[in-house]
Amino acid sequence: MSIDWLLIHSPALIIAIPLFAAFTMPLIKKLGNKTRNGVAFATVLLIEILVIMLAKDVFASGARSYVFGAEPGLTLPSGYIVPIRILFHVDGMSAFMAIISATIALVAVIYSLKFMEKETALDRYYLLLLLMMVGMFGMEFTADLFNMFVFLEVLSIASCGLVAYRIHLADAPEGALKFMVISSIGALMVLLATGFLYGQYDALNIAQLAKELQFNFIDKIALVLLLGAFAMKCGSFPMHQWVPDTYSVAPAPISILLVVSTQVSLYALFRVVFTLYGISSNVVVVGWYLIVLGLSTLFIGVTMAIPQKDIKRLISYLGVSQIGYMLIAVGVGFSLFANPVEFEIYGFRAIEGGIFQLINDSMYMGLLFLVSGALYYRIGTRNLDSMGGLARPMKVTSICFLIGSLAIAGIPPFNGFASKFMIYETVYRFNPIISIVAMLVSVLTLAAMFRAFSAAFMGPSLPEFKEVREVPKSMILGMVILASIVVFFGLFPSLIVDNLVEPAVRALISRPSYIISLLGG
Amino acid sequence: MSEMSKIVRSISNLLLPFILIYGFYIILHGHLTPGGGFQGGAVVASGLVMVLVAYGSERFASWVKEKHLSVLESIGALGFISLAFLGLSTAFFYNFLAGKGGLFGDIPPEGSNPGALNTAGTLPLMNLAVGLKVIAGLASIVLVMGLASHYFKQGGENDT
Amino acid sequence: MIHNIPYLAVVALVAIGFWAMIFRKNLIKVIIGIAIIESGVNFFLVALGYRSGAYAPIYTHAPSGQMVLPVPQALTLTSIVIGVAVLALMLSLAVQIYKKQGTLDTRKGVLKK
Repeated sequence: MSIDWLLIHSPALIIAIPLFAAFTMPLIKKLGNKTRNGVAFATVLLIEILVIMLAKDVFASGARSYVFGAEPGLTLPSGYIVPIRILFHVDGMSAFMAIISATIALVAVIYSLKFMEKETALDRYYLLLLLMMVGMFGMEFTADLFNMFVFLEVLSIASCGLVAYRIHLADAPEGALKFMVISSIGALMVLLATGFLYGQYDALNIAQLAKELQFNFIDKIALVLLLGAFAMKCGSFPMHQWVPDTYSVAPAPISILLVVSTQVSLYALFRVVFTLYGISSNVVVVGWYLIVLGLSTLFIGVTMAIPQKDIKRLISYLGVSQIGYMLIAVGVGFSLFANPVEFEIYGFRAIEGGIFQLINDSMYMGLLFLVSGALYYRIGTRNLDSMGGLARPMKVTSICFLIGSLAIAGIPPFNGFASKFMIYETVYRFNPIISIVAMLVSVLTLAAMFRAFSAAFMGPSLPEFKEVREVPKSMILGMVILASIVVFFGLFPSLIVDNLVEPAVRALISRPSYIISLLGG
Repeated sequence: MSEMSKIVRSISNLLLPFILIYGFYIILHGHLTPGGGFQGGAVVASGLVMVLVAYGSERFASWVKEKHLSVLESIGALGFISLAFLGLSTAFFYNFLAGKGGLFGDIPPEGSNPGALNTAGTLPLMNLAVGLKVIAGLASIVLVMGLASHYFKQGGENDT
Repeated sequence: MIHNIPYLAVVALVAIGFWAMIFRKNLIKVIIGIAIIESGVNFFLVALGYRSGAYAPIYTHAPSGQMVLPVPQALTLTSIVIGVAVLALMLSLAVQIYKKQGTLDTRKGVLKK
């Protein structure tokens, strides 16, 4: 079992090992809590190591394919000119998203070891969490449009079960039902678009469809359905109402995994726009659609965040507005495909800013949700009006919240500033008004987070919080991991952009190399 | 859910073996005729649901416990994944039993034929694993919903 | 015209499903609307593969001639399985909402603005 064998089979092992470990959970629950916790933690640690190995190899030597059920490297069987099997194709962008998913899943499991201790039926909790990981990795690695639909549904159903986990609260089933209705409508739209494309070109593989796409009337309908469905799953403007309802009722470690699953839907949107349709579609119209969607999401998200009283609803509305930054940056980059000179000057850097914002967003949103979970664990409420003066007993928690607030507002030594500055400077050259709106939104974000911080942590100590102590060590470890990543990415942004973000963006924008590396091998 | 009259109970007793045989036939011949794991599992589960509706959910829950169904479901899923892992020397999900002459290893005859059961390698085994999972899963869904139905009997006001 | 009737039926099913999901107040009727949309999409996938005058794609005792496309049938089967799981999940959540709030009216919710 050499390193080479492990690297060849790693796309399948990254899906298969959590799937196997998930279904052993109901069988080992008789052996006690520590065994179950140990198996879950060992699985996510093993997956993190495999993902980092695979990502290093893909960034250095190019994309890898994996064929299910046949000898390796046989994407086109002998005598055929179209791929007929289910393929996984891991290029730079997929490996980048896999690093985000694996890291956040590791932090979520470390945090849940103590946070969820008082609940019952925890074997089902870890089963569904490992199934969520399978869904995320499947969507990131697959090269087949129908396979993406199947893993999208696996991810939605597993997350819905986890959102409704605390069934004894009054609002959890309602948030989960809203989430499931939106997810199933979005997935049915993806299936309808897959049916349209299959009926025209008799192929389900993304590279095969990209080679033959002619952008006639039915392809335009399929593009509209796919863009609408994935925008619905991201929580962008007209369909943003499910995000605060769902993120606020879920347990805190599940909220951070829901943030990552929203970003995986954003990745699927980028895959459809850049690789499936690419330059053969009308780049200016699709680019401006993404920019308008992003602008309205930014503005609506932050203005609805300001009057909120529930701390998790406030953070969720800010999360909605952060999606707007990525949509603006990638929309500007995509609409410059028609103009290669300007694209070389600032378009490539705009897409780099958007993709760097993806990883930063998951880290600081994760940190803020974990801190609000820590507050709920000690106090039992999420209402900002009844909190106060908690900085004295919970020192580490308040420092982590301060780091998260400064990062989400884009203040210098933290990672939010690095990616947002790249977005501001490139979008300003495209159209100054977009950049000014984005900067205004950043100021309003700082105002909302300052209000939350002073309401929760500053002020005199309240008499009912006399016995509040600091949270247990495993929860502190989870928060400190994310806070240190936030600080490290902020202090050395050029290291991250050159080594992680640039190979990912190069793999995303070059449609011909995706087709050749999949079909030519 | 309360039980139904004597006529319904005796007819469902008579029909249950036929439904079970029909369902297992569909599961086992999945590689030759239309059918397979999910379809056959759904037929068997509907037979079990017929018994649940006829006898009432409390009596059914005293024969079949929900935690045993959960264990059966996990065994089915683990069987499926293990069969996929066993082909890992070449690739994941590789059909390592087809054409080798052992269990389910014959080569299918050419052209139109009455169907040879001993062919197609890991496919019938995976069909059995998926069928077991679907039977356990669908039966436990309807059992849990049947046990929850006493909320509706009292008009829904509960202070738990 | 007669070859387009399945696709007109798909449009009718999806339209009825969306109308039921948007304009009905009872939670069970909303869930039934989603099930109708799902039936419409599955019907579309099966109708894509039809070739007139062709036989079913099974090899036992098959006559010679053209066969209907089998790939959309596999896609439809996967979609039906997913639909069963989604419907079971939504109905269980509806039972829990009734237990907590005593009513199935969608206009009375606990989660406000």
